[in-house]
Amino acid sequence: MEIPQELADRIDEVITHYPVSKRSATLPLLHLLQEHFGYVSDEAITWVAAKLELEPINILELVTFYPMFRQSPPGKHHIRVCRTLSCAMAGSYSLLDTFCKQANIEKPAGKHHAHLLKGADGKYSIEFVECLASCGTGPVCMINDDFYEAVSEDSVPELLKKYQ
Amino acid sequence: MPAIVRTPHPRERRIVFKNIDREGWTTDIDCYLKDGGYEELKKALTMQPQEIVSEVKASGVRGRGGAGFPCGAKWGFIRPGETKPIYLICNADESEPGTFKDRYIIHQDPHQLLEGMIISCYAVNARLAYIYIRGEFPLGAKILERAIQEAKEHGFIGKNVGGTGFDLEIYVHRGAGAYICGEETGLIESLEGKRPYPRIKPPYFPAALGLYMSPTIVNNVETLCDVKHIVKMGGAEYAKIGRPNNTGTRLLCVSGDVQKPGYYEFETGGLTMGELIYDICGGLRPGRKLKAIIPGGSSAKVLRADDRYKIKTKQPDGTTVEEEIGVDDIRIDFDSLAAVGSMAGSGGVIVMDDSRDMVWALNNINEFYAHESCGQCTPCREGSLWMQKITSRLLDGAGAEGDTDTLKSVADNIAGRTICAFGEACAWPTQSFIAKFRDDFVAYASKNGEKRSDSSKDSAPTEHKDGLPSMHSTGL
Repeated sequence: MEIPQELADRIDEVITHYPVSKRSATLPLLHLLQEHFGYVSDEAITWVAAKLELEPINILELVTFYPMFRQSPPGKHHIRVCRTLSCAMAGSYSLLDTFCKQANIEKPAGKHHAHLLKGADGKYSIEFVECLASCGTGPVCMINDDFYEAVSEDSVPELLKKYQ
Repeated sequence: MPAIVRTPHPRERRIVFKNIDREGWTTDIDCYLKDGGYEELKKALTMQPQEIVSEVKASGVRGRGGAGFPCGAKWGFIRPGETKPIYLICNADESEPGTFKDRYIIHQDPHQLLEGMIISCYAVNARLAYIYIRGEFPLGAKILERAIQEAKEHGFIGKNVGGTGFDLEIYVHRGAGAYICGEETGLIESLEGKRPYPRIKPPYFPAALGLYMSPTIVNNVETLCDVKHIVKMGGAEYAKIGRPNNTGTRLLCVSGDVQKPGYYEFETGGLTMGELIYDICGGLRPGRKLKAIIPGGSSAKVLRADDRYKIKTKQPDGTTVEEEIGVDDIRIDFDSLAAVGSMAGSGGVIVMDDSRDMVWALNNINEFYAHESCGQCTPCREGSLWMQKITSRLLDGAGAEGDTDTLKSVADNIAGRTICAFGEACAWPTQSFIAKFRDDFVAYASKNGEKRSDSSKDSAPTEHKDGLPSMHSTGL
């Protein structure tokens, strides 16, 4: 696992935000590593543990708890569709299906809370997430870190075109 | 953020949301300063910290995150002459389904939040503060980090703030998609780098044993913004806004089946549910009738359109008069919503019309809570999943005859038996949906029963001697 200097500097700087306990830096470090590598590998977990003078289990138990962390690589572009009530009422279930179809992702039938789904070509991955806090403009989704509101199914091809 | 720009409704009273969707408004500190920004901080720094606490107490402002606990009383728990370091945490985890107010403050007016936060830190003598922002707001985190940097360059954060000798550092801390981190003690555990298992109270009241076992104040984004305005107008003047015990303005988020969903700011209790839905939000879609309202975020108990409530109202002469009101007449404030058996919660109003299936709606909510239970307490970890399995099988046509009662009994055995309020949050939807729409559930169950025909005979719930149907016998 190669940590570029810029990332290493950023990590060291972030640790200073927690003068009382380095352990508090676990979540920010996991975010930084996931942003860089796309997911949190076993190697990354061991690395964070060593960096913060903790046991790997202290890190692993967070990776498995928090929904945003992934232990395997997502697609090149990752789509998160809000599943919760107001968005569901505004059509998010059918929006997810449309995304899957347009992005060539096979969706197992009947599963609401499917784990992260990835297309065979690795270009896109998708998951249902819980409330994204924009219930008034549902259905909403995120593609990578970009947020989209009032997403119509017709707009899906256009949206995907932006993420090649 | 490409927010949908809209002009405020004439009935709104915009104080916290003054700058939201404002023409030409940016997140730059120069824009904020040109508009009189950080003047309240300068004023606050001329006051004694204790004076600010007194003003906040006098304002009567109640926490805007959901519980409605008086902010001044919370601050008052910090012991005078406290020798341990004191921390302040801004709860920007906004994750109660139906709530989307803090998003706009964070993305469009970060300096208002910072100003409120710096004043609050000065008032409670916190020298280190964190903004715990939900992981799904990556842009919001960047905006806040930039705002903190700008505030530092202007000497509002850092060493010797405003020449007062008060040092303060504020950092942004991102969550990672877990709803339970909105619970203040879960948030604190998360900030300590642990699984966010809420702590039991007593003894772990954050104001006594909070972050790193030191006194810690956790306030919602909106509450911290309110502090700035309380300093500006004075506690007594602020308390004149709204109604007694429900002071100030309130941000309301309306979603679901109304013509104009969105965010609004009103004097607390300044309007009724009917006015909100029909006058402000343009009513329901043509040809549709109101069926249900969830008034304060998804964990608030659901209200049924034809409900009638007997409530007691205090008259100016001190006597109380009982009157009967309908859903449209409910005043939107803490006490009025509590009086009809629900809560104002986080201000998220979800409206459902007669096209909505209540079993489907509850199942959606149950899926949320089953997914978000932290798993620490058995009744919640198991019960939230059982409830979801039951509503899910009702929808899938595989329900059993007694499922409505089983569902209710599961919910009844979660509330009050857990470390944190998540237990109530996940039980209240099920309890209230069944109480208000029992027929819908029974209809599903019996329709399913027909389908199951003979094979269902040995899977009907059996009563245990304590009256609790066995979960095993219902196929869970």
